[in-house]
Amino acid sequence: MNVHNAAQEEEIVEMSYAEAIRDALDIALTTDERVVLMGEDIGVYGGAFQVTGDLVHKHGADRVLDTPISELGGAGVAVGAAATGLRPVFEFQFSDFAMLAMEQICNQAAKMRYMLGGAVSVPLVMRFPAGSGTGAAAQHSQSLEAWLGHVPGLKVVQPSTPRDAKGMLLRALEDPDPVMVFEHKLLYKTKGMVPTGHYTTSLDKAEIRRQGTDVTIVASSVMVQRSLEAAEFLAGDGISAEVIDLRSVRPIDRHTIVESVKKTTRLICVYEGVKTLGVGAEISAMVAESEAFDFLDAPIIRLGGAEAPMPYNPDLEKAAVPQVDNIVSSASQLCRGQL
Amino acid sequence: MSKSKKANTPFAIANYERQQLVEALRRMYLIRKFEEGAEDSYMRGLIHGTMHLSIGQEASAVGSCMPLAPDDQITSTHRGHGHCIAKDADIAMMFAEFFGKETGYCKGRGGSMHIADVEKGNLGANGIVGGGIPIAVGAALTAKTLKTGKVVLCFFGDGANNEGAFHEALNMASIWKLPVVFVCENNKYGMSTSTERSTAVANIADRAAAYSMPGKTVDGNDFSAVCEAVNEAVEHARSGHGPSLVENVTYRWRGHSKSDRNRYRTKEEIGEWMERDPIKSFAAELEDHGIMTADEIQALEADVNRQIETAIEFAKASPDPSPSDVTRDVYTEAAQ
Repeated sequence: MNVHNAAQEEEIVEMSYAEAIRDALDIALTTDERVVLMGEDIGVYGGAFQVTGDLVHKHGADRVLDTPISELGGAGVAVGAAATGLRPVFEFQFSDFAMLAMEQICNQAAKMRYMLGGAVSVPLVMRFPAGSGTGAAAQHSQSLEAWLGHVPGLKVVQPSTPRDAKGMLLRALEDPDPVMVFEHKLLYKTKGMVPTGHYTTSLDKAEIRRQGTDVTIVASSVMVQRSLEAAEFLAGDGISAEVIDLRSVRPIDRHTIVESVKKTTRLICVYEGVKTLGVGAEISAMVAESEAFDFLDAPIIRLGGAEAPMPYNPDLEKAAVPQVDNIVSSASQLCRGQL
Repeated sequence: MSKSKKANTPFAIANYERQQLVEALRRMYLIRKFEEGAEDSYMRGLIHGTMHLSIGQEASAVGSCMPLAPDDQITSTHRGHGHCIAKDADIAMMFAEFFGKETGYCKGRGGSMHIADVEKGNLGANGIVGGGIPIAVGAALTAKTLKTGKVVLCFFGDGANNEGAFHEALNMASIWKLPVVFVCENNKYGMSTSTERSTAVANIADRAAAYSMPGKTVDGNDFSAVCEAVNEAVEHARSGHGPSLVENVTYRWRGHSKSDRNRYRTKEEIGEWMERDPIKSFAAELEDHGIMTADEIQALEADVNRQIETAIEFAKASPDPSPSDVTRDVYTEAAQ
């Protein structure tokens, strides 16, 4: 793939998260004939969330390939194409529909290289529009990153900004292994500054979004923005929160998190997936097993999704996932020793 | 390929050179003896786990691969040893894999159910029934998109024809006119459940009509009949006309796997199928048409026996993987 020159990289424009992804896909389709987009209604419809938009008009229906409503078969075709020389980017219309394709993702894509003793690589990118907040109820609102994060052989990322959405997708397209990209649906319309050319962002590094000294908040996806808002409130209350954008679920950037906890001595994990056995459980255990354990001045707190299917009613839907208020009150209690 | 030399001459005899036919018989013996060698090694405790033997199905494996070019690709199944050998695998590396050795095809990480030989175009066996079918369609999408001219041949068993993956994959192969040949090896039982009890259509090839592709049922123990049907399907695919479904009706002499007590079929039924030995009948055909003499066939069989012995010795003497390498090859590059 061509790498655009530095002059192009320096041009930075405002884009939405969806536009940033489309820009990455456009660059990939333009510069690499092996790249093929696959998914339901990604052609003339433009994708259920208008991520692929008008790419079909520019790159043709063979490169922006509408699949039948066949998640298992479609995912399997993408796996086979990736193993034999294409660079497919497969879009699940909603991340929930990936459950129909778990066989191909977890039994085939994730394991093929290992089972065959390293004889093949599966450079497959899959995109998962995920999360709640759109009133779509229990079968269209889930956050399943922990499910896939449990599977060795996959890489699982959750970009939270337009800049990362583009850079991580372009990096995923250069990666020789299957990369699962979870995109929260509420992020698609959020805006940010994005370089226009080709650039890549690593798939295995967390990012400190706000420095702080009293408590570490490790947040993923849409929870990063909520945690930053909470940190602003907390600052007014004299509490200095450090906010870490997890970005990658597999692998988890152990170093960044452990070093932060050693500094702040307190940890809150904020994630939208169901709390039990979720991403926060893994981060908590990882910190408990690390040298940061001796630095902890308070119990670790997990703020995760409710132990229920996602409800439809808007107030219930809000109650089912962490909100800014929950983060503020948990951090306040933690820092004032009320836990 | 030349037209039939004589009317009533079997397709393979009429269309392949002597050397190709001798090689086909050699591979059929190699499959038979490989399976017997694997079974014997299992009984002696040299192989652990389980395995699915394809004794009795040799004509289906070799006959289906006969029309393929070396660059063409296959996907295989849990009963895939024969497919490997038909696609020219090294049996020493296969035995080494069964023995769990670092010198095996999968470096001891895959075992019997995951052997692949990517350089020879074998994209791999599969432990999930139907798992390889969409993958074959994906490989065919690559062939079409990158214009490689390759054809992909997808082996699966009768059991897979009731998996959703089968139906989704055949539909996509058809709407996109992909160069893929679906070869169902109908050995009559999905583990213990007969096709009569599991499948709504009389012939699995009948399913082809639902996906607007040619479908043909052939005697899977007749090497030449398999060659002819698959050859037609390969030419159809290579000329851009899309997929076909060929059903090879055959029989596995052994049980489903090592746990099988054969409670769902009779000794008489097994005996009848053993009478229809695909290797014996192909060898007889070669003799009848003056391609090989009985002595030559005997010498070929003896040569295969020696090859098997050498391959097993190689596997026994090979090193085990190091336990410290348990996570090697999970990723292409180290993630952390």
